Amino acid sequence: MADVATRPVSGRPDFSKVSFGALRRYYVGEFGASTANNLAYRGAVAIWVVTTVIQPMVSIVVWRTVAGPAGEVNGFTSAEFVTYFAITMLVDHLTFIWLMWEFEWRIRTGAMSPLLLRPIHPIHKDVCDNLSYKVIGLVGVLPAMVLLVIGFGGDVSGIGVVQVLTFLPALVLAMAVRFLLEWVLALSAFWLTKVSALNNLYFSLFLFLSGSFAPLAVLPEAVRTLAHASPFPWIVSFPVEVALGRRTGAEVWVGYLAQLGWILVALVLLRVVWRRAVRVYSAVGS
Amino acid sequence: MTGERLDADWTSGPRQAPGEGGLAGLVRHDLRILRTYLSLGVLNLVQYRSDFVLSVVNAVITLATQVLGLSVVFGQTTDLAGWGPYDLLVLIGVHFLIGGVLGLVVRPSMEAMMEGIRLGTFDFTLVKPADSQLLASVQVVRPQALVDVLVGLGVVVFGMTRVQASLSVVDVVLSLLTLLCGLVVVYSFILALSTMAFWFVRLDNVLAIFQSLFGEAGRWPVTIFPGWLRIVLTFAVPVAFAVTVPSEALTGRLTYTSALSAAGLALLFFAASRWFWFFALRRYTGASA
Repeated sequence: MADVATRPVSGRPDFSKVSFGALRRYYVGEFGASTANNLAYRGAVAIWVVTTVIQPMVSIVVWRTVAGPAGEVNGFTSAEFVTYFAITMLVDHLTFIWLMWEFEWRIRTGAMSPLLLRPIHPIHKDVCDNLSYKVIGLVGVLPAMVLLVIGFGGDVSGIGVVQVLTFLPALVLAMAVRFLLEWVLALSAFWLTKVSALNNLYFSLFLFLSGSFAPLAVLPEAVRTLAHASPFPWIVSFPVEVALGRRTGAEVWVGYLAQLGWILVALVLLRVVWRRAVRVYSAVGS
Repeated sequence: MTGERLDADWTSGPRQAPGEGGLAGLVRHDLRILRTYLSLGVLNLVQYRSDFVLSVVNAVITLATQVLGLSVVFGQTTDLAGWGPYDLLVLIGVHFLIGGVLGLVVRPSMEAMMEGIRLGTFDFTLVKPADSQLLASVQVVRPQALVDVLVGLGVVVFGMTRVQASLSVVDVVLSLLTLLCGLVVVYSFILALSTMAFWFVRLDNVLAIFQSLFGEAGRWPVTIFPGWLRIVLTFAVPVAFAVTVPSEALTGRLTYTSALSAAGLALLFFAASRWFWFFALRRYTGASA
């Protein structure tokens, strides 16, 4: 048992001095290490990519059945549902993080301790690990997206160069929003020994409010209102609808701003919660 | 320990229980093993009571999510390929029930078995004087999954009272039979998948694919899937017979053909997985020196 909380506060590393050169070298090194690791376990990565395809595929089948071959549901034809969920899969793959489960394990086994001892904030390692996994996963997810669109006859007529170019910033910002929010949520493991119920609740909310289960336009009024008050639509629904050409002009700029706003909120939360989390940490293991 | 020795001594099929003869004695012995592991699981649970509370919370959240999902879908339509909202509620109940039974004993045992093969501790399972497949399949019991079983039963009963289907005694018996067949099919499938651990050491991810397919696709009637996917979900990954067919039975839309094929497939899957089990055991050499 090593109780970090009893250490004098002055002994903490000083994060206020940032050397960007050092940070860049760290990112290059850590990204390389993660990539080597992911390539070594490429079978496991491939299988996780397969599981990523299943949920959007089921959603496509369900909503195509609801819409019928010729009909539409609140402005979505069955061909548009196909494209919607295919792009949702890509966005979900690129924004998804698994740290909410990993933190429980890190703290229970004491794997958190060496990360805390490094003279760099642990979030940087997680950013590198995530980016590396995402890049390697794209090798499977991108073809899977194309296959879903072709296999189920998706409608891509609304997607052009402009849509793709406006989609990319929305996607990057969505990655940042979700990473920061879920990283903060993962910190709950510092207080709770079991996080499964919290994660389950979070993902249940996320499923509906982000537009992963169905486009927001299809949801009941009450759920949609709730969604607009949450950060979740900016993570999935917004980038996907930008890609589909359903959000244009000023709407896109408002969206970017909303994403930036949520990033700011998440950063403040991160600072506050992280400080407290480290103070309550008492590791298991030697 | 060499492969030949194991082959000669312990893997020649079901073994007789010591001191008892005949089929009845064998079954009695098997049941006693099952009871022992169940009570061990309960003892474990009593140690970790908060796990039980957690699984209740998790079951409630999952159920609420699925019901909300149904209400979103049925906010836009009145029937999904011939299934009404309460028909699908029954299906969700069956899905919970089957998932609960799998989580109660099948999955934890299979995980323990694969881990045992990797570490070499599976040898200890093999030297016990009982049927190796039975031992491997019931060695870990997670009683908190009973919550899912109970929730599933509750949802099925509630859904059935809302579905205007008059079930005769024969229908009810047939429904229970298809439910049992569904369980056998899925158990056999998972056993066969896990048995491959004798060749490929890390297989937990393959089970994750099954889990994901069962969890996502199993919650909807297999009839909504287009041709090739329906075939995959019926025969390759038998989610259809595990969930859809029993739900059809419980909502009064079972045909004798599908009841018969459920029974036939269950027998086939069970026999095949058992054959594969002993086939794999003969090739097992142990991980330890």
